Amino acid sequence: MQRAIETHKLGKVFRSGFLLKKIPALSDVSLNVEPGTTFGFLGPNGAGKTTTIKLLLGLIRPTFGEARIFGKSVDEVSVRAKIGFLPERPYFYEYLTGLEFLHFCGELFGLNQTDRSRKIESLLNLVHLKGAEHTQLRQYSKGMLQRIGLAQALINDPVLVVLDEPMSGLDPIGRKQVRDIMLHLKEMGKTIFFSTHILSDAELICDQVAILIKGTLKSQGKLESLLDPKTYSIDVCLRGVAPEKFQTIESISNTVVCHNETYTVSVSDESCLSRLLAWVIQEKGQLISVTPRKESLEDMFLEEIQESTR
Amino acid sequence: MKAIRAIAVNTFKEAIRNKILYSLIFFAFIMMLISLVLDQATVGQRNKIIKDLGLGSINLFGIIIAIVVGINLVYQEIENRTIYPLLAKPVKRGQYLLGKYFGILLTLFVETLLMSFFLFLLVLFYEGRIDFYLLLSLATIFIEIAVISAVAIFFSSFSTPFLSGMFTFAIYIIGHLTEYLKQFGNDSGSFLLEKITLFFYYVLPNLERFNFKAEAVYHLSVENDKLVLTILYGVIYITTLMILSVVNFERRDFK
Repeated sequence: MQRAIETHKLGKVFRSGFLLKKIPALSDVSLNVEPGTTFGFLGPNGAGKTTTIKLLLGLIRPTFGEARIFGKSVDEVSVRAKIGFLPERPYFYEYLTGLEFLHFCGELFGLNQTDRSRKIESLLNLVHLKGAEHTQLRQYSKGMLQRIGLAQALINDPVLVVLDEPMSGLDPIGRKQVRDIMLHLKEMGKTIFFSTHILSDAELICDQVAILIKGTLKSQGKLESLLDPKTYSIDVCLRGVAPEKFQTIESISNTVVCHNETYTVSVSDESCLSRLLAWVIQEKGQLISVTPRKESLEDMFLEEIQESTR
Repeated sequence: MKAIRAIAVNTFKEAIRNKILYSLIFFAFIMMLISLVLDQATVGQRNKIIKDLGLGSINLFGIIIAIVVGINLVYQEIENRTIYPLLAKPVKRGQYLLGKYFGILLTLFVETLLMSFFLFLLVLFYEGRIDFYLLLSLATIFIEIAVISAVAIFFSSFSTPFLSGMFTFAIYIIGHLTEYLKQFGNDSGSFLLEKITLFFYYVLPNLERFNFKAEAVYHLSVENDKLVLTILYGVIYITTLMILSVVNFERRDFK
């Protein structure tokens, strides 16, 4: 089966200023996205995520390497009929109404009036914009623009959906709405490729991730294989022990955080845990919770960034 | 073809809703003022002066709007990133640019049409009849406007709005002086200068060719051949500019 996205040593050098100074933005990015997966493309701001996405859509041309979508070069205009794209912080024609804008997008895909109307009706329901379709886009809120952006990206019933920072700049409700739409698309079997720096969202919906830092790909693969499955640390919450007593458990743990007379002690393994619990009983403390912590995407992400700055 | 049409219609809608046609109010105001002043000053030549100034104003207004709209519409789309979702669809960059051009042309056509209508009304008021000779000049004025829009699109396919505006305006001015440019080269006596001026004479648009104002106002006869050649010249010039613009646009990175 053909890969939805495949890039081979993709690189981009921008030329800027009067002297056309070379600014490397991306180097040696080799991505593989299998059809049907939800792929999170992670990286800090300025890592080159948007540059990669623009290369995939033929908005900019690569300096090195190549990019293919469903086996075809991204330069082929026909391949874009299978793609839906939502740009970062979308901004559309201010003076068009939502409905006019969606019709316009449908026309660009060569859809006829009846097909467009039917499709638009279902999309407006999907993105919760029913009732706002006759409002001009300049009166839309940020969240509404993001959702009309999702609707225009889906007008052609794409096989591959490319979303650039779909949740950035949205309030928690807006984020949840976008996330729910993405989960819906996932259920429908679409391949979703999206960039984000909101890791909790990524962790919730991604099957696979790739981490891009300073224009180079740091890791790529299934989320469960990238994250260490073994317990990272165990957090023990307790209260009722005098602060000075904590000096006696320095050999068990050196991470003690106090908040509102509640202490959180982190220990690294189970033998330390049993020693700590024995100590709590001995000091007549009150145990509140014991929470094992596994490596999260955020831990991995921060680790990668630290490594690259070293 | 469908995509070009959709983009053209969309461009037209944006331009109209962006209140570009409000500029017509200025035109109407200026024309009223001119006719009021003339009403008191002259008697015999009044109608001819109204026609002449009317055609001149339509020309100037058309050109200014062509430059402003032509430069801004493409640049804004890149600046505002409205172009990204468009070009991520199965739309060729050439189709996009042509759609934009036709949309701008449609806007300018409506604008010219409304200004012409106003002029016809004014003439009807003073002369008591519709002067169809004016149509000759109005048609060639529109071709000139179309050429200038293509120049604006050409420059904005690779340059910033400010520079594009300056360049396009400069071309408009020089375009009306190319005959003098050639003359200047011939009179200079310098071989090099003569070749250089000749080069520019052929490369720059000869906009005076589109000036049929005197013929229209004084009802002079115009040979069909001359008219056909003028139209052909405009079409070829526009086609060449659009091809060059598309080539530029194809190579461009949308950062």
